[in-house]
Amino acid sequence: MSLVGAKVLRKEDPRLLSGTGTFVDDLAPPGCAFAQFVTSTEAHAEIVAIDARAALKMPGVLGVWTAADLVDYPDLPGGLPDLERPVLARNTVRFAGEPVAVVVAEDRYVAADAVAAIEVEYRALPVVTTIEDAAAPDAPVLFPHHGSNVATVVPTMDDLERELERSHGRAHLHLVNQRCAAVPIEAMACLADWGADGLTMWATFQAPHHLRNYLATWLDVPQTRCRIIAPDVGGGFGSKIVWYPELFLAPLLSKWTRRPVKFAQTRSEAMTQMAHGRDQVHDIDIGFDRDGTITALRFVISQNLGAYPDPTGLGLAVLTSWMAAGCYRIPKVSTSFRTVVTNTTPVAAYRGAGRPEAAYSIERIIDVVARRTGLDPAEVRRRNFIPPSAFPYETHNEPVVYDSGDFPAALAECLRLLDYDARRAEQARRRDDPTAPLLGIGLSCWLEIAGFGPNGSLEGFGHLASWESAQVRVQPDGSAIVFVGSSPHGQGHETTFAQIASDELGISYDRIEVRHGDTATVLQGVGTMGSRGVPTSGSAVKVASTRVLERAKKIAAHLLEASELDLEVGDDAFNVRGSPGKKVSWGDVAWASFQPLRLPPELAAGSLEERLFQESPNFSYPSGAYGCVVSIDRETGDVTILDMVLVDDCGTVINPLLAEGQVHGGVAQGISQALYEGVVYAPGTGQPITANLLDYLVPSAPDLPGYTAGRITTLCPNNPLGAKGIGESGAVGAPAAVVNAIVDALAPFGVEHVDMPVTPEKVWRILHESSAATGEVR
Amino acid sequence: MSRHVDVVITVNGRRSERRIDARTLLVHYVREHERLTGTHVGCDTSNCGACTLLLDGEAVKSCTVLAVQADGHEVTTIEGVSGPYDGFSAVQEGFRQCHGLQCGYCTPGMVMAATSLLAEHPHPSDDEIRAGLEGNICRCTGYQMIVDSVRWAADHPAP
Ligand code: FES
Ligand code: FES
Repeated sequence: MSLVGAKVLRKEDPRLLSGTGTFVDDLAPPGCAFAQFVTSTEAHAEIVAIDARAALKMPGVLGVWTAADLVDYPDLPGGLPDLERPVLARNTVRFAGEPVAVVVAEDRYVAADAVAAIEVEYRALPVVTTIEDAAAPDAPVLFPHHGSNVATVVPTMDDLERELERSHGRAHLHLVNQRCAAVPIEAMACLADWGADGLTMWATFQAPHHLRNYLATWLDVPQTRCRIIAPDVGGGFGSKIVWYPELFLAPLLSKWTRRPVKFAQTRSEAMTQMAHGRDQVHDIDIGFDRDGTITALRFVISQNLGAYPDPTGLGLAVLTSWMAAGCYRIPKVSTSFRTVVTNTTPVAAYRGAGRPEAAYSIERIIDVVARRTGLDPAEVRRRNFIPPSAFPYETHNEPVVYDSGDFPAALAECLRLLDYDARRAEQARRRDDPTAPLLGIGLSCWLEIAGFGPNGSLEGFGHLASWESAQVRVQPDGSAIVFVGSSPHGQGHETTFAQIASDELGISYDRIEVRHGDTATVLQGVGTMGSRGVPTSGSAVKVASTRVLERAKKIAAHLLEASELDLEVGDDAFNVRGSPGKKVSWGDVAWASFQPLRLPPELAAGSLEERLFQESPNFSYPSGAYGCVVSIDRETGDVTILDMVLVDDCGTVINPLLAEGQVHGGVAQGISQALYEGVVYAPGTGQPITANLLDYLVPSAPDLPGYTAGRITTLCPNNPLGAKGIGESGAVGAPAAVVNAIVDALAPFGVEHVDMPVTPEKVWRILHESSAATGEVR
Repeated sequence: MSRHVDVVITVNGRRSERRIDARTLLVHYVREHERLTGTHVGCDTSNCGACTLLLDGEAVKSCTVLAVQADGHEVTTIEGVSGPYDGFSAVQEGFRQCHGLQCGYCTPGMVMAATSLLAEHPHPSDDEIRAGLEGNICRCTGYQMIVDSVRWAADHPAP
């Protein structure tokens, strides 16, 4: 029986459910000291003086360090020239929460006392927090030697004004895709131990090999003396592929104090120190014919980078511009973007990274076209879909060629699960009854780009390369170890990759272990991000397993004196087809593989091992159709999600249970962006208003609905598994479905758009102001 | 500034006697003094529930309890939970069967909260399960499979 496609229970769960998993802060080697940052209380200021005398006198304090102690070390890697981020703020602080100094103490309590005792004197500078303020001609500039707050600009060749003007109708939306915090429940943590044999650092990180590569260079040590281990990682969602200062400082502090040194953020620290996501503003114009056919799209993107451009943060607007047209055939598409720095926490990848922003805006404006043409939103989508026959589909951007999909089928399935026509009928009934809660139905036919990434297309995205690695090694007893270069943070690689290897090798699932996240055991890897785990890493596992099996068959055939072609493998044995009972176990074959005299002449001892770097010729493009039904309380403006239908197309599914789990998690984050979340700064001062979990609303179980999942499958032609990736789908597709449903419910009030998060207050104001304006008494 | 006190706390049935800094939080007591690291820390405002354990059988957020407040009391952590499902309790097994965890960081707290919930309401509705887990945040699962997990446990009470 094939395991690929089966609901196999996870290998990870027994340790995680018994409290015996290993997260970084669980580690406490003998002599371990604790480090904590002194962080800036100002959003923009000159550092006048740092007084650590009182802290240094405290018992248990091992030392205090500032930028002055780091003159021999470069700034953090991957930034833009002129706009690099120092490890500790040097002369100037540029966001509230920026590390200014670091304390190392015997334990976290003493460290916190010492941090509180350090006095930093600042001279305040004017603050900008929004794109608009930062880009204003007279704006205070964060990096005076750079001259302006604009970091990058990619203009358009043609603004399509003529096409838009010539169209039967045109519509414009100004959309704010608000800043969100990733909030993995395990905040950032690392533990460095620099001993006689070099450095070992445990870090909660999505890309340990990249960290090793950059860190060894930064420290100027050979990679052989720099080992990074990502043990169990408590969520990441993109926020753990960022070069945080502690990842570079912890090794130095360990070296200087000759102690293992641990950083473990509090949540309040994490809310300002871990990178945020989204924070784009879009101006989008669309032209359309009388029948709803879209004629032209102009998509202008502004990205708030926060105080220092992060390598992935710089890439967000690129991805948004690539995916601007969604799943529609639009004859003319124009995209442009600019990125700006502001006095806020740096912005980087957050689940979806640039694609949720694109999907949200195109799906919002499609609904506006429906409204203006009087057509059903489902019909406008159908009329503009790229048809299934048009794949591979070349888009407005050369590197972006959609691989496969069936958008009409996904939408049809979504409408079926929603019971769309019945819902529309109910909506009409409710509109006639002023006492009934409002009902709204929203659709989101989304598409994203995943499976990062083919050669050359993503230069500049520091973390992404065109391959992922797998190494399959058969042990002398016929069990197998699979080493993979992508290290998970909840995705269940140990399970899915064992399923793939088990199917290919014919070795039972329980006799396969997957190892990851240790640079000492895995040669090289890229990481887990961008929905690339299964399409890239899983494909590597599949191909490496196939190659090992080919060699094992040679050995088995030799032992059985049979032809390789007659062998079939399964249940941990090689059987000769048509000769029942004539077989040799995987264990015997594996054992023989280490005995040269029992091997066929073309094989050497130990040959049942394969290491492979699997490259993809192109990206993959997961897609789907989501539907949301909301009810709105006319008195309070409170939005309740009655139905959330999720039809995904991720190509081949390895484990439906885990795939659905990924969708649920992403949808939860998408709903939450639509309804609840948003990082807020006080205008003028740049003080973070949402710097803990009291003030930043991460939903718990009663805040979110149940989900109805559906599926269609079109295979990805660009990898041997046919898989497209699933990790980000929910976060890409959900926000538009929810907001479209809300705007649909509010249609009788003349509302065409509401920015996220759609709080009860915003809805109440719309209901209230419109009834006040019409003099309607309710 | 720090004062030390003696405490006696029964942790997972074992008496533990220590001299500790008086301001030590219970979560740090179990994690750092008892080296039971299954109980996690996810926030500093008592919102996330990652630190949930049982104090005299009731679920509490151990980041908001001082270890001295547990002096003379009984604490059960995730390491002290067991049952007939290959060593797992019905709640633990429910999470395994229904994919109620992804990264697993919130999971010990969720299991403790769910254990306490089912002790009080053995037959909760889905809404009651959601309400009962209101103090626990999971950023990975979107909660439906956690609800399914707790439902599984309610349907499979330990013999
Ligand atoms: S750590 Fe106790 S509630 Fe978050
Ligand atoms: S499983 Fe990751 S936070 Fe719940």
